[in-house]
Amino acid sequence: MMNDPLMIAGRTFNSRLWVGTGKYKGFIETQQAIEASGAEVVTVAIRRVNITDRSQENLLDYLDPKKYTILPNTAGCYTVEDALRYARLGRATGVSDLVKLEVIGDEQTLFPDTAGLIEAATILIKEGFVVLPYTNDDPIVAKKLVDIGCPAVMPLAAPIGSGLGIRNPYNLKIILETVNVPVIVDAGVGTASDAALAMEYGADAVLMNTAIAGAQDPIKMATAMKYGVEVGRLAYKAGRIPRKLYATASSPIEGML
Amino acid sequence: MHILLNGEERELPSGLTVTDLLHQLNMQVDQVAVEHNMKIVGRSELTGCTIHEGDRIEIISFMGGGERLKIRGNPYEMERQL
Repeated sequence: MMNDPLMIAGRTFNSRLWVGTGKYKGFIETQQAIEASGAEVVTVAIRRVNITDRSQENLLDYLDPKKYTILPNTAGCYTVEDALRYARLGRATGVSDLVKLEVIGDEQTLFPDTAGLIEAATILIKEGFVVLPYTNDDPIVAKKLVDIGCPAVMPLAAPIGSGLGIRNPYNLKIILETVNVPVIVDAGVGTASDAALAMEYGADAVLMNTAIAGAQDPIKMATAMKYGVEVGRLAYKAGRIPRKLYATASSPIEGML
Repeated sequence: MHILLNGEERELPSGLTVTDLLHQLNMQVDQVAVEHNMKIVGRSELTGCTIHEGDRIEIISFMGGGERLKIRGNPYEMERQL
């Protein structure tokens, strides 16, 4: 693969596939799938530790923070207050000052509450967090998030876990033209071609969890996603031909009998 | 003394610090974060933070999570609809 690093807030990443750690059968499968995906950025949820069963292992035993960039998320937070609390707890672990900020608006769609998102992002940026916001495919909100200091935006392709692929490619393209920071397509990818398409449009990275963890064979799908993101990026860098309604012959006319 | 630890009632000996509690629970300090009565306890403050009767302690760590799936009913319902 060509040397084509992604830079965000002074950090450099060689892989443009970011992955979540949820819904795997166990830590071993999580570890193997992440290894196969080639991802360097790994999102994790912030939750109460089990105080009754202390035999349980810790996710960090399987994901070395020296090897991976751990990206704590505020998944499951429906209010600004909750998102702030979870983000601060995540940072207090000392593992990361990054946060994948989610302020969820509705349980059925899991769409972001973008008003709450901007409010929470403003506060956390003031507190020194590197805020990577999970946002809607709304170019105006994306612009506002950049204006308040987010070093990247993460618009969704489709509802979380839906596997529907990019539902609004034109909004995504407008976001890509509007903001001057990396755009990471986050959530809704179903299979490798969805990831490739996002990258062909010019997305800087793709973040996914369910598409890999929920596949019949997560390790194979992780590998497929790795290639999907790579080929999409290569095609984007190569610059595709324009679409035309009629044929253009690729063989010369000269020399015909 | 009685405290509320991660939402559960717990009986602890008096005078315990947060560090003592983490040791007692066999937890690695560098894998968790602690909230004491809704206030985050920084790494350097853990040892000096004494727990009192009725305190509310939360100990968190990282769990598997990326996107979060929560679908009511059968998750394949929608697939059939499409």
